Amino acid sequence: MYPSRFDYHRAASVEEAVALLGRIEGARLVSGGHSLIPAMKLRVAQPPALVDIGRIEGLSGIRSEDGALVIGALTTHAEVAGSAAVESACPGLAEAAAAIGDIQVRNRGTIGGSLAHNDPGADYPGAMLAFGAEITAVGSGGARTIAAADFFQDLFTTALDPTEVLTEVRIPAAAGSAYLKHRHPASSYAVVGVAARVATGGGEVTACAVGVNGVTGCAVLAEAVGEALAGGPASEERIRAAAGRVGECLGDAVGDLYASAEFRVHLAEVHVRRALATASARAA
Amino acid sequence: MGRYVGNSVKRREDPRFIQGKGRYVANLELAGMVHVAVKRSPHPHARVTAIDASAALAMDGVLAVFTGQDFQDGGCGALPCGWQVPGTKVPERLVVVTDRVMHVGDAVAVAVAEDPYTAADAVEAIEVDYEPLPAVVDARGTTDEGAPRLFDEIEANTSYDWELGDREACDAAFAEADHTVELELVNQRLIPTAMEPRAAAAQWDAAAEEMTVWTTSQNPHPIRLLLAAFTLGIPESKLRVISPDVGGGFGSKIFHYPEEVIVPWVARALNRPAKWVATRTESQMTDSHGRDHVTVARLAMKDDGTFTGLDVETWANQGAYLSTFAPLIPTALYITLLAGNYRAKGVFGKVHGTLTNTVPVDAYRGAGRPEAAYLIERLVDLAAARLGRDPLDLRRQNAISKDEFPYQTPVAFLYDSGDYDRLMATAADNADYDAMRKAQAEARAEGRLRGVGVVCCIEASGPAPSAVAGSLGSAVGFWESGEVRVHPSGQVSVFTGSHAHGQGHETTLAQVVADELGVPLESVEVVHGDTGRINFGMGTYGSRSACVGGSALVRSSEKVRAKVLRIGAHLLEAAEEDVVYDRETGRVHVRGSEERGKEFGEIAFAAYTAHNLPEGMEPGLDFTSFYDPANFTFPASSHICEVEVCPETFEVKILRYVAVDDVGKVINPMIVEGQIQGGVVQGIGQALTEAGAYSEDGALLSGTLLEYAVPRADLLPGIEVDRIETPSPHNPLGVKGAGEMGTIAATPAVANAVLDALRPLGVDHIELPLTPERIWQAVRKARSEAA
Repeated sequence: MYPSRFDYHRAASVEEAVALLGRIEGARLVSGGHSLIPAMKLRVAQPPALVDIGRIEGLSGIRSEDGALVIGALTTHAEVAGSAAVESACPGLAEAAAAIGDIQVRNRGTIGGSLAHNDPGADYPGAMLAFGAEITAVGSGGARTIAAADFFQDLFTTALDPTEVLTEVRIPAAAGSAYLKHRHPASSYAVVGVAARVATGGGEVTACAVGVNGVTGCAVLAEAVGEALAGGPASEERIRAAAGRVGECLGDAVGDLYASAEFRVHLAEVHVRRALATASARAA
Repeated sequence: MGRYVGNSVKRREDPRFIQGKGRYVANLELAGMVHVAVKRSPHPHARVTAIDASAALAMDGVLAVFTGQDFQDGGCGALPCGWQVPGTKVPERLVVVTDRVMHVGDAVAVAVAEDPYTAADAVEAIEVDYEPLPAVVDARGTTDEGAPRLFDEIEANTSYDWELGDREACDAAFAEADHTVELELVNQRLIPTAMEPRAAAAQWDAAAEEMTVWTTSQNPHPIRLLLAAFTLGIPESKLRVISPDVGGGFGSKIFHYPEEVIVPWVARALNRPAKWVATRTESQMTDSHGRDHVTVARLAMKDDGTFTGLDVETWANQGAYLSTFAPLIPTALYITLLAGNYRAKGVFGKVHGTLTNTVPVDAYRGAGRPEAAYLIERLVDLAAARLGRDPLDLRRQNAISKDEFPYQTPVAFLYDSGDYDRLMATAADNADYDAMRKAQAEARAEGRLRGVGVVCCIEASGPAPSAVAGSLGSAVGFWESGEVRVHPSGQVSVFTGSHAHGQGHETTLAQVVADELGVPLESVEVVHGDTGRINFGMGTYGSRSACVGGSALVRSSEKVRAKVLRIGAHLLEAAEEDVVYDRETGRVHVRGSEERGKEFGEIAFAAYTAHNLPEGMEPGLDFTSFYDPANFTFPASSHICEVEVCPETFEVKILRYVAVDDVGKVINPMIVEGQIQGGVVQGIGQALTEAGAYSEDGALLSGTLLEYAVPRADLLPGIEVDRIETPSPHNPLGVKGAGEMGTIAATPAVANAVLDALRPLGVDHIELPLTPERIWQAVRKARSEAA
């Protein structure tokens, strides 16, 4: 478990980090290091240099702003999971954070690192899709905002340019939210992770979105499910029917030693139903 | 009972472990130390056509690259197999291959560098050309005609065939049976996961021509023997093997591994201290694995439920080579256990030891006995279902009764003592079994999948009478040595050939000797794990350290007491028969006149001053005994497990786990409880999560802890532990092994519970581990068949 040789730079500012990324081809950002360092120790990743952004001031913390949560990239999973502001504004996000890895991982791993890494078994991407998050990235040309739906592109691939630094993520408040997971017994990654957001008004579901991670190479927004539940009451029957639609959104499901693609789709349906029920109850 | 034995004395080794002061091989730093890394095969089976080390050798800090040929030319011998049943064909196992790799992880070359990072870089830079060959991984499939033949001289990839039992009685039992249940089952491959990965270090003293090897071993003396006689060729008199603190082994650190030959060989070749520490990935692909059986079995019974016969045929995957004790496990530790705790006489078992392109398979916690218990206890549950009987009731009907001991089984073993009915009755009481069944009925009425699993299991621990082991194929004896050295001050050093890798011997063996001598625990020090300090030993495995190692120390303590008594009597100017050795205080006094006595320390001092000893007595107070056990000991257990299976996700939740074990007399109840708890956890792991998996073409699919699922705390219930005691009649402590019973019983207990939960759905059997998907698939299949 010895990584290959690499240079180490500690950036004092986002601008410096961006400059370093621009200057050193193949350099990688590191903050919590809970995805990148294990990959380096296995020599799956062999970056020539690491740019440590872990001590840049102002990149960490959770604040409420115009009905949304704004979470700095360096905010740890434990901070998100334990935040009263998150718990009340978007309980599903707190659940997703609390479901990540184990205590040690949650104390070191950061939301920015998780989103930028876009592991198929990560817990945040489905939640970002379901909750309609916006991600801010800073590059040499300044800052830009990317909608979650555009951000997660493929397995370990995002809309981030190699020289951009993810600085914060903005998540609209969603009282009617939930995250449920079937945890891999070895890795603790999501075999299936389902984030649901339900808004209700006048006894009907006015908006519904479901994000699924773990089943496909990249998290997906299960649009057919959301459409099926919206426009009527959140009844058990309608929730069951809506959940039954998730399979058609998971055509690219992949299996592994622990769970086949087919079983993952089955689990996804069960978890979508349960997550929708919880989110609906919270919305009401 | 003495002051210490039978009490939960706190573990004396824990303060150093808890405070990070443990000393492991990996911690060893010597001046000028070089670092060894091993280039390993990514192929399960391939010819090595070329090795190019030029790029590696050109790197700064790289000292050498050695190939298999270098080790051959440098006098390195093949790794031997220390247990061969008649007719065993042993494939040659080199420490580094010369022309052909046989499994993923096989060593192809060795890089040596100034630091471990550079050594890892060098390994990556070594270029090896392979010509892939067809591979086979399946225990039974490897014997098929179409399977690739792995060794020219070994037909049907079968290293040996072995059988035991009364074939005629078995056939008669089935001919006369009212009912027969049959099962074809897999006991899946497991990968031992000790906290401490394997490591080796060595220092060559060129002047004295002496080698010191530090290795993560459960048994440093046998490793020294094998290094001297087979692999390294340095005589035992010039070879010291030290196993300092060892962070778990579960059997995997018994065996003689290539790296503990490579490292001293390198140290001598370069005349610099050398070290190698396995990465976790290397551990997964090179530590000997466990289990991996395919079995076809049937159980015969009468209408009234009486078991009459058991017929078993097993294909035991031994991997690519025979690891140190590999053939022992599926023969004399498996077939011999097939009688279980039951009276059936027509028991017959046959095993085929087969070779495949997989990591060698050898002892892993339980070693053969879990395979037997799982098989028997699954069959008994199928029998209960067939007969419409309660599974606990059926077991109690068939169990050997306490009046039948010593009990001769039809498969060689003579069980020493036991009370299986009381075990099961205690388990039923502790579990409130009737209430569990009532709750199950209510749950089923609501459509929930609730199950109760019951087992009654046997173990053979404390191997073994040396002559018996020899007759069964062992190349070594299984006695143990124990030296009790009383210093002039009265302090005591205990030297044992047993070697703890988590068991707490520094505490329990001190308890034994302190009580034997009547001295304070604090004055007894236990020394182990160093061939330079302990004259010989066989090590720790098979739950033998208390039974065999402890008994050796009792014998030595008896010799100390006899001498102390003689000296005491002499100093008191009394006849020996007129003095008493007070086992509470270690004091010798005149019978009936306690004030006339000599303290233990006074007598010890007198033994060394030798100013006034009985005529003809040698000075000193130091005795060694070699204890060869009269028999195995036979612990037993009854465990009851209650589970609920989610009908949607098919996750298994263990609601309660009740363990009642009989491990004979207990030296330290807290440590025994810990052993049972840990053992149960490993058994649950096999039942629910663990699987060492290969693809059909030989890739190791569970190569890291991202795939290989050892049980975590969140999977586990509180484990309710209780015990009964039927002392072993043939060792002086009355103890039986405690280290493996939990593992043996837990796997079938959990499996039976889950399958009991699924019985209303028409599911009879699912292969382990019982993952949600496997349960889902079985339920779907049963539903489609029912429809």
